[in-house]
Amino acid sequence: MTIPTMTDATINTATKSASKSSASMSDQSKGRRSLWRAAIVLIIAACCYEAVARSGAFAPALMPKLSVVAQTFIAMLLDGTMIEHAVYTLYRVLFGFFLAVLVGLPIGILMARFRPVESFFLPLVSALMPIPSFALVPLFMLWFGIGNLTTILIVFYAATFPMMFNTWSGVRSVNPLWLRAAGAMGADENALFWKVIIPGASPFIITGLRQAFLRAWIAVVGAEMIAASDWGLGWVIFDAKEFLNTDVMLAALVVIGGIGFVFEKLVFGSLEKRTVQRWGMSRVAKG
Amino acid sequence: MVPIAIDNVTLEYDTPAGKVTGVKDVSFDIGASEFVCIVGPSGCGKSTLLNVIAGFLAPAAGEIRIAGKTITGHGMDRGVVFQDFAQLFPWRTALGNVSFGLEMKGVAKDERDRIAREQLRLVKLEKFVDSFPHHLSGGMQQRVAIARALAYNPSVLLMDEPFAALDAMTRDDMQTLLADVWRETRKTVIYVTHNVAEAVYLADRVIVMSAHPGTVQADIRIDLPRPRDPLSVEFLECQKQLMRHLGHKVSGNGAAH
Ligand SMILES: Nc1ncnc2c1ncn2[C@@H]1O[C@H](COP(=O)(O)OP(=O)(O)OP(=O)(O)O)[C@@H](O)[C@H]1O
Ligand SMILES: [Mg+2]
Repeated sequence: MTIPTMTDATINTATKSASKSSASMSDQSKGRRSLWRAAIVLIIAACCYEAVARSGAFAPALMPKLSVVAQTFIAMLLDGTMIEHAVYTLYRVLFGFFLAVLVGLPIGILMARFRPVESFFLPLVSALMPIPSFALVPLFMLWFGIGNLTTILIVFYAATFPMMFNTWSGVRSVNPLWLRAAGAMGADENALFWKVIIPGASPFIITGLRQAFLRAWIAVVGAEMIAASDWGLGWVIFDAKEFLNTDVMLAALVVIGGIGFVFEKLVFGSLEKRTVQRWGMSRVAKG
Repeated sequence: MVPIAIDNVTLEYDTPAGKVTGVKDVSFDIGASEFVCIVGPSGCGKSTLLNVIAGFLAPAAGEIRIAGKTITGHGMDRGVVFQDFAQLFPWRTALGNVSFGLEMKGVAKDERDRIAREQLRLVKLEKFVDSFPHHLSGGMQQRVAIARALAYNPSVLLMDEPFAALDAMTRDDMQTLLADVWRETRKTVIYVTHNVAEAVYLADRVIVMSAHPGTVQADIRIDLPRPRDPLSVEFLECQKQLMRHLGHKVSGNGAAH
């Protein structure tokens, strides 16, 4: 056993870590490249659509050219109706989503921490989660009528269980070594909870937020088709069908896709980048 | 800094298949500021014993007294370093990890940072205070873990094979570093290892445990002057003696492992 001087290893590890951090510097340009790639794919898809629309396979009224869709889209944007529809939909989805987080997150945590809570909610989650929220719309309509209440409750229903379930898995997956280390350093229950369990479970909690929002967004559009009156992106599509306004339907779809994309990539994507990716914990989130 | 008395400690694990003995009737005393290594074959109960001393497991019989007081659970008089690199909090920087214990103590932010920086300097990581653990190598992470355990100034340091997963060269560096840190801080250290050379290099005393169910088999004092030269004849002689106790056949060259 030979004992070389300390400095050799220090320099070694130092350069290693420096090259690691320069590797993560190029992540940004990688992100920009993937945005470009996404844009190219979307353009190709649009071209395919345009080719079919011009081929005459469908009547132009049923499958309008992109230029027509774009005109309708801009017109609806300028007269403010599209924005108002989007605002209604966003209000419903965010209201329901926050309600779901407010309920799902604490229950998920309690489930992971206390056996009786777990054995009460787990069967409930397993039984209710597979029911598509859309299937509940007619029932909720009879109970709560047409309008915001029903749509918000449908969103709440859709988003609560993924939030609860992921939080539960996350808290259970917190490395017991972190709890021991923190305990040895004198952390009380309160500190353990806020400074170890919550950040330790964050990869799953963020996954939960993501899934919950995705399901909420799908649910709100579906619910609006049946259970909303006069306003909302889902309602626009359903209403436009009556008058064969396919350009309006497609314009609304573009907005639905666009808003969904913004939340998925920008809101949750950047949340993830600033937390679990920065901490090197995102591997856990995928596993 | 404080003496430890381990008095007839027995621990049994409850498993679905019945009770499994972790350690059995272990007794020995550790003097203040003494560096004690525990060696023994895999599965003999070294980690179990360390966890009992740390207060993570309650013994089925016997007791442990630190500075005369019987322990009832984990406490801030003991700092713990685990074998697993994953012990660091990934969401905190090196500095954040090291200052955690001080934060729990309610030390003000400026003071915390100052002490944490000082500890990181002690383990030669002053350049990496703001790095997150996943940007550090395994050896650096273990050094952060040592700094973290030292930062809130516990009088006892408990270490469970902290360098076992490192390559031989890094491990040698770490051992030198630990010997230096110990000389500077004069903490009472209990250090688990299954590496005989490591034990001889670091320890004032080596406790040899027998195979499962673990009991104390030998208690050997290492009287070599420090800093120790692992290539000296005396060092190799100590190593051979220790290996004989562990039941190895010792050949002429006295190689470890
Ligand atoms: N969580 C546990 N549940 C049940 N039995 C356990 C548990 N941990 C350890 N044991 C048992 O206790 C005995 C001692 O285990 P311990 O981990 O203390 O050994 P060790 O000396 O640290 O071994 P190694 O050198 O491989 O780390 C083993 O026989 C093992 O089977
Ligand atoms: Mg062990």
